[in-house]
Amino acid sequence: MRWVNRQVGRGGRVLLGAVPILLLLLVYIVMAASRHAVNPADKILPLPGSMAESMSALLFVPDQLTGQLVFWADTLASLQRLGIGLGISTLMALVVGLALGVLPPVRATFGPLVTGIAVIPPIALLPILFIALGLGETSKVALIVIGIAPVMIRDIAAHVSALPREQVIKALTLGANSWQVMIRVALPQAMPRLLHAIRLALGPAWVFLISAEAIASDVGLGYRIFLVRRYLSMDVILPYVAWIALLAIAMDMALTFLSHRLFPWAHGESH
Amino acid sequence: MIVSIRSIAKAALMATAMPAVLLTAACSQAPSEAPKRTEFNIGWSIYAGWMPWPYAQQAGIVKKWADKYGLKINIVQVNDYVESVNQYTAGKLDGVTVANMDALTIPAAGGKDTSAIIVGDYSNGNDGILMKGGDLKAIKGQSVNLVELSVSHYLLARGLNSVGMQLRDVKTVNTGDADIVGAFASPDVKVAVAWNPQLNAMKAQPGAKLVFSSADIPGEILDLLCVDTATLKANPNLGKALAGIWYETTALMTRQDAEGKAARAAMAKLAGATPEAFDSQLSTTFLYSDAKAAVAATDAPALVTTMTRVRDFSFSKGLFKGASSADAVGMSFPGGKTLGDAQRVTLRFDDSFMKMAADGKL
Repeated sequence: MRWVNRQVGRGGRVLLGAVPILLLLLVYIVMAASRHAVNPADKILPLPGSMAESMSALLFVPDQLTGQLVFWADTLASLQRLGIGLGISTLMALVVGLALGVLPPVRATFGPLVTGIAVIPPIALLPILFIALGLGETSKVALIVIGIAPVMIRDIAAHVSALPREQVIKALTLGANSWQVMIRVALPQAMPRLLHAIRLALGPAWVFLISAEAIASDVGLGYRIFLVRRYLSMDVILPYVAWIALLAIAMDMALTFLSHRLFPWAHGESH
Repeated sequence: MIVSIRSIAKAALMATAMPAVLLTAACSQAPSEAPKRTEFNIGWSIYAGWMPWPYAQQAGIVKKWADKYGLKINIVQVNDYVESVNQYTAGKLDGVTVANMDALTIPAAGGKDTSAIIVGDYSNGNDGILMKGGDLKAIKGQSVNLVELSVSHYLLARGLNSVGMQLRDVKTVNTGDADIVGAFASPDVKVAVAWNPQLNAMKAQPGAKLVFSSADIPGEILDLLCVDTATLKANPNLGKALAGIWYETTALMTRQDAEGKAARAAMAKLAGATPEAFDSQLSTTFLYSDAKAAVAATDAPALVTTMTRVRDFSFSKGLFKGASSADAVGMSFPGGKTLGDAQRVTLRFDDSFMKMAADGKL
């Protein structure tokens, strides 16, 4: 039988998908073990045991200085920054994107500005952000918003302006005004696209979050990683990276689920 | 058709076995003894006390001494200081310029046997605590921006001690060294700890006042040249060549004539600074250009006191991962003195090459 026709069942899919991941883990453990055989105090490739040990201290033992459970405090702080940043960006994408997409005069006025902001690498703005907004939470959230909002706005605007002209004309013949076209025709169709845009923005949003936390911070996942980098504490860095990956996957899955649940019509017949 | 679980398992088993076999083959050649070699890489990063190294390379002093011992020595610039130390710890560099605290907490605590063969200088004002208004006593309860777990953090702890406070009396905010100048310019940052060249730029900001500096704790923040102990044992000529390079270069740069000035100007250029700015940084650096003074400092009991302070601070900040006491990382000093676990010495202050330079035996 040809490979193009081979369908893999559910159980097989899970197993096949696990193979490369397990292989990587195995390669890692073999390499770590061989390094530890030479130097038991090796920091570069920590053994799972030492990772578990350092992580359990961060997970369950309150920090002497702040009294917080470090890992959870980091996670909470980072998710809060990410959530606020994503929330503001999503709202901006929806409002500005709809206006740009539906109303040609608005597009003519603000389109070039949005494009202009979108092409500036946000990291290059960091020193300016610090001076303007200080080093607190505001500048960290602002970096995320500046990083992802323009791209999301452009995506929504392009999607809305590409809606079939017939729909708008039909609404107008039925007596709708511009506002009603925006709310009743464009908005519902923009919603699934918005969820999709958030999914695509998640990756960059994490990058901007970690960069902001690396520069000036006292709590957060990125802060911890860059702090312990100073003494090569891979036993903390690797679990933190894995945790970030898990959080990102969970968010992506949640958004996909939400989209299928709320807008089944946008996902074709099979759903 | 559904591929059977068994056939997948078989394929997986084969795929798993292959790299494992390859790996064990590749890793079995454990380096129990370093080989004799002729080419070495020494890493450096920009700092006033380390600029003699790239200058020596540029001026041909490195080649002169390397040729004398039949070696090839590459002086490699690493843009990021922490990265240079990490590269050394990972074995990509044979030696590196590093501060005493970082030598202890990064390679030595990571089990890499490291020898400090040149005590090059100590910070005599290159590190400092800056405040916008008020004196050091007013620091209580404030946020302090600094590179956490660095010598700045140590300096802050010492500064707080000097006015009867502890680290828990302030709140520290980790701030990258590249961003600390900008951070200090922002109005919500009132206190910061930094080193040069950033410190000078921050001091120039209106209202900034230096309230404590490394000049208040002379000899505690040392800048070293460290090399891998196994490599050094197998290739003692490396140590001789490096000592030769260091003392010839520092003798040249401390001269008050045109040649000395030209050497300092070249170093300033390599550091991306103006000659005036570089001279001002040198004025807050106590350079051990005299090998006798360096040997005396390395042999002095004060070094043991300093390293005890440094390691107790490092341990209290959790930098000896998983260790139950500050004794976990062993250090040795000239004359057979040790500190901590004598069975697991990974940081050795070795004065033998500086001594040879002092005795003119290179």
